Amino acid sequence: MQEQNTTFTMPDFLPALPEMFLLGAACVVLLADLFFPGRNRGLTWLLSLVALAGTAVCVLALEVGEHGVMTFSNTFVLDQLAILMKLAVLAASATVLVYSRHYLAARDLHRGEFYTLTLFSTLGMLVIISAPHLLTLYLGLELMSLCLYALVALNRDSAVGAEAAMKYFVLGAIASGLLLYGMSIIYGVTGSLQLDEIAAFIGAQEERHLGLVLALTFVVAGLAFKLGAVPFHMWLPDVYHGAPTPVTLLIGSAPKIAGFALVFRLLVEGMEHLYVDWRDIFILMSVLSLVAGSVVAIAQTNIKRMLAYSTIGHIGFLLMGFIAGTSEGYSAALFYALVYVLMALGAFGMILLLSRKDFEADNLDDLRGLNARSPWFALVMLLVMFSMAGVPPTIGFHAKLAVLSAVVNAGFLWLAVLGVIAAIVSAFYYLRVVKLMYFDEPQDNAPLSGGIDMRVLLSSNGIAVLVLGLMPGALLTATIAAIP
Amino acid sequence: MIESILFYIFAGILLAAAIGVITARNPVHSALLLVLAFFNSAVLWMLLEAEFLALVLILVYVGAVMVLFLFVVMMLDINVAGMRRGFARYLPLALIVVAAIIVQLALVFTSDQFGAQMLADLERYPADYNNTAELGRLLYTVYVYPFEIAAVILLVAIIAAISLTLRRREGTRHQNVGRQVQARAKDRVRLVDLPRRQGEGDK
Repeated sequence: MQEQNTTFTMPDFLPALPEMFLLGAACVVLLADLFFPGRNRGLTWLLSLVALAGTAVCVLALEVGEHGVMTFSNTFVLDQLAILMKLAVLAASATVLVYSRHYLAARDLHRGEFYTLTLFSTLGMLVIISAPHLLTLYLGLELMSLCLYALVALNRDSAVGAEAAMKYFVLGAIASGLLLYGMSIIYGVTGSLQLDEIAAFIGAQEERHLGLVLALTFVVAGLAFKLGAVPFHMWLPDVYHGAPTPVTLLIGSAPKIAGFALVFRLLVEGMEHLYVDWRDIFILMSVLSLVAGSVVAIAQTNIKRMLAYSTIGHIGFLLMGFIAGTSEGYSAALFYALVYVLMALGAFGMILLLSRKDFEADNLDDLRGLNARSPWFALVMLLVMFSMAGVPPTIGFHAKLAVLSAVVNAGFLWLAVLGVIAAIVSAFYYLRVVKLMYFDEPQDNAPLSGGIDMRVLLSSNGIAVLVLGLMPGALLTATIAAIP
Repeated sequence: MIESILFYIFAGILLAAAIGVITARNPVHSALLLVLAFFNSAVLWMLLEAEFLALVLILVYVGAVMVLFLFVVMMLDINVAGMRRGFARYLPLALIVVAAIIVQLALVFTSDQFGAQMLADLERYPADYNNTAELGRLLYTVYVYPFEIAAVILLVAIIAAISLTLRRREGTRHQNVGRQVQARAKDRVRLVDLPRRQGEGDK
């Protein structure tokens, strides 16, 4: 600290170019939206997409070496992992915007705030992804969450929405508090906020420091809240159910990648020497999540709730990658997170496609006879459901295979067996959706809504699930290369 | 020595005030006791030579937040008796939970890895050392990136608050300032020529 008193060199701004561009662009969208006339938010929508695309170009333009670059006095890092996750987050957010426009326009929700808050929460995710410092990690998390809380409450006239927003906000604040308390103990013990210095301090300890284990417990509880792992999952079904479907789509997709980044940066980069301690907590959470996710989802009649429990189950699989505690396991978890986001986008996108003005297609019965109404989109949904269940040759199979083989290699055969059992049980409710679509009579025959942009993107989303499943090599290589 | 005595005096008042906040029957008393608690924690910071933080705590929390809080407390009709219902019923469970937490924390904090002996002695700076200047320098140099993110979070808070509260509902009355300003005398006052009736002028 003392030597910084005299010398301060200007930081290198270039690695943070995507964040700076997105911040500027979000402010432009915020201001420009005020001048666009009437209820038509098409221009705001277009500008937001341009902002995300421009940010992606900035990310692609950046070059990083083997070890990445740190800047802003070591509060910002850009490495291969950050680039991969940033591109995925930006693509997911852009997809959310494309899927949501029609739904919002048909209701009284098509307001500029949806777009600005989505852009700001994407900015928060980018900050989390590039955070090698507890301070930036926490601030990025708050930036992301604050936008999401407000978005859940977007529909002010919905009582369910207000309840969901309240639950999300209160539980999110508790989780942030737990996380912050853990971080403050870490700072107290190690004297540093920087994750690599924390790791060096823990590595130099001869025996396990009790204070760090205490801090770790709080941090893991906070992280589990944010991820939605059992027993910290209570908010998830209510929020997924109560939020407007485009917001559910947003919460269910890109933040999962940011959640992976949060866990990876904090526990793997910062506290890998305490692996044995957090592994045991993760094993418990993973087992409980697998059971709850596969069993409770069967009883749901609302698709959004069903997909919420399915998320919990998928989080159980994602945690397995961390439990393995090897580079192989971490890249498998990253692969799982990316694949999950792809599948979640497809599934929630389908709900948006089926809903229209004054009609929410969020009950399982609304999917009845989809094949008779639109064979193509029934096929897309079939692919997404097969992928979620882990049926080859879809991409979901490779994701499950990667995590399971990682835990088997790490010596947790029983956990892998439990994972397979959970996957088989959960296949029941995924295949029930397929049965409803193909073998039941349609309840209503209204034409599907959605513009050409959404139909094309949703179709390519479904095709991607299949094509990536047939050729998973490129994505697997990218995730392996991202984890050193 | 004198510092220790000061610390124990103010820390004692702080704890007493904090207990008062949750036990006072009148919500206004609770709020005022919270002000007292803030003042005392500000003094504790002053003892640690963090004078900027101490002043900010008073200015922001006592000056702004608590005044707002008092207004809200006075405007809302808080049913204290209703909130205390079931107190006796939940007390045994609460006591068990509290006891468990205290035992757990005590086990951790009484271990040899915690305690005053683990901390280095407080570094005393010379009288011309400026805490405020140092904070400002760090904020705008080393911590400029987190500082900017904090600014963005405040911007998002403004957007979120406005978007959640500013809406047109059926049946609410609101001002249209533009129309009010543009109103002219002839929009408000109508001069009517009334024909005089026969016989009225005689009175």
